Amino acid sequence: MMTETDQILRVTDISKSFGGNTILNAVSVKLAKGEIKVLIGPSGGGKSTLLQCINCLVVPDAGAIELENETIDFRRKQDLYRLRQQVGMIFQDFNLFDHLTALDNITIALRRVKKMDKNQARQRARLELDQVGLGDKEALYPAQLSGGQKQRLAIARALAMDPKILLLDEPTSALDPTLIGEVIAVIKGLAVKGMTMIMATHQISLIYNLADEILFMENGRIVEQGPPAALLAAGNTSRSQGFCDRLNELAEVDG
Amino acid sequence: MFELSPFYQELLTSLNRGLLMSIALIIPSAIGGVLIGIIAGSLRTFGDPVVKAIGDTYAAIFRGTPLVIQLFILYFGLPNIGIYLSPYVAAVVGFTLCSGAYQSEYVRGALLSIKSGQYLGAQALGFTTLQVIFWIIVPQAVRRAIHGCGNEIIYLIKYSSLAFIVTCVELTGEGKTIATEYFRFTEVFTILGLYYLGLVSLAMVILKKIEQRLYVPGFGHN
Ligand SMILES: Nc1ncnc2c1ncn2[C@@H]1O[C@H](COP(=O)(O)OP(=O)(O)OP(=O)(O)O)[C@@H](O)[C@H]1O
Ligand SMILES: [Mg+2]
Repeated sequence: MMTETDQILRVTDISKSFGGNTILNAVSVKLAKGEIKVLIGPSGGGKSTLLQCINCLVVPDAGAIELENETIDFRRKQDLYRLRQQVGMIFQDFNLFDHLTALDNITIALRRVKKMDKNQARQRARLELDQVGLGDKEALYPAQLSGGQKQRLAIARALAMDPKILLLDEPTSALDPTLIGEVIAVIKGLAVKGMTMIMATHQISLIYNLADEILFMENGRIVEQGPPAALLAAGNTSRSQGFCDRLNELAEVDG
Repeated sequence: MFELSPFYQELLTSLNRGLLMSIALIIPSAIGGVLIGIIAGSLRTFGDPVVKAIGDTYAAIFRGTPLVIQLFILYFGLPNIGIYLSPYVAAVVGFTLCSGAYQSEYVRGALLSIKSGQYLGAQALGFTTLQVIFWIIVPQAVRRAIHGCGNEIIYLIKYSSLAFIVTCVELTGEGKTIATEYFRFTEVFTILGLYYLGLVSLAMVILKKIEQRLYVPGFGHN
């Protein structure tokens, strides 16, 4: 049984509209330390918007976000900056800093946001680069890296900030099929180390192997949720089951 | 030793004097133009609607009217409202404002070309808005704008020859005086052209060096 204090993140009834269209409709998510939730569902269902609301890249119109029992005041910029420092984000298209080397992509936030000194920041950055297998690429610019290397660098950059939670928005969707494996391996490594994560993904192996719970989103709501063993059990007629079956069919056609 | 004829001696003395004046016009106008361009370009991109409208109007006026007219108004028009500028100051002010209007276009284009993902990536790490602008947006915009801004400086070198119409005698003014005096237009203007070619070439070498220093794979022109 999960107690209140185990929960690292509590998202309660957050809503968001853009120009009169309700994109998120009173969505709630609770996350315990070390837990991994996977968001699935049709395109346009609101997965990216939910993830961006959780670290306030998109500020919710209504609802509450509590990180380690501290409620975020959406009107206070300092609160938003502090929240984002503690909640890492991995984007589908990486969003690396194009004018900085792999090493400096990591050190810049350590130095400017965490105010580390230059040597400390470099040491930490090298450690993270080694962790994702990019130890020999520190001097290269994003334009000189493959998609898989870019995404691994983005993960290293996020981890260097010591995030309490990592949000991943389709981390493998922009990758060439041959490069997906190296990124999946890194994400699985994070899971083994107990990283708390919420991940939107259509990658079957991540859904089956990593999810403690699946959240199926549609039309701005979580319409189904539960552990994969229950939702995806043979003979189950859940929405998630149907969705994953289709993903499987697609994967077979591809492979 | 090889002796220059009196005509050439006088020509080169005058042109060298004019060259110094031209350089004295170009350098402050180029620097001022870039500074105004950065400020006006940023305000036109990020400012609130009023600030934006002011910036757009400035750029529209100075890009939309001939520089000759701008110089005439500064030198011959302003005294009507009690502002007297020396020929040199009128020319520098005119060049700076005109150049700044063009530079603001390059700066604005560079700022607009930066993908929203760069803001998102930085914000997601906890950067404040000012930090994103200072550490991410500006360094990238500089690299994207530098080629266009350099071109504008090359144009400035050439249109600095208009200073002579507000009686600021620089390279072209000196050349014209000698040409009229000796009635030897072809030689004078050919040599004058070579002086400008030299200035422009020097500027191109310097700009190229700066571009190379700032070069990052995946950015800008090669
Ligand atoms: N800034 C915005 N302004 C207007 N509409 C937006 C904005 N961001 C998202 N939307 C809309 O919100 C809806 C949900 O988008 P979202 O990206 O969250 O869906 P998603 O579940 O992540 O889809 P996908 O699987 O395609 O990534 C879409 O219809 C989208 O057009
Ligand atoms: Mg999405």
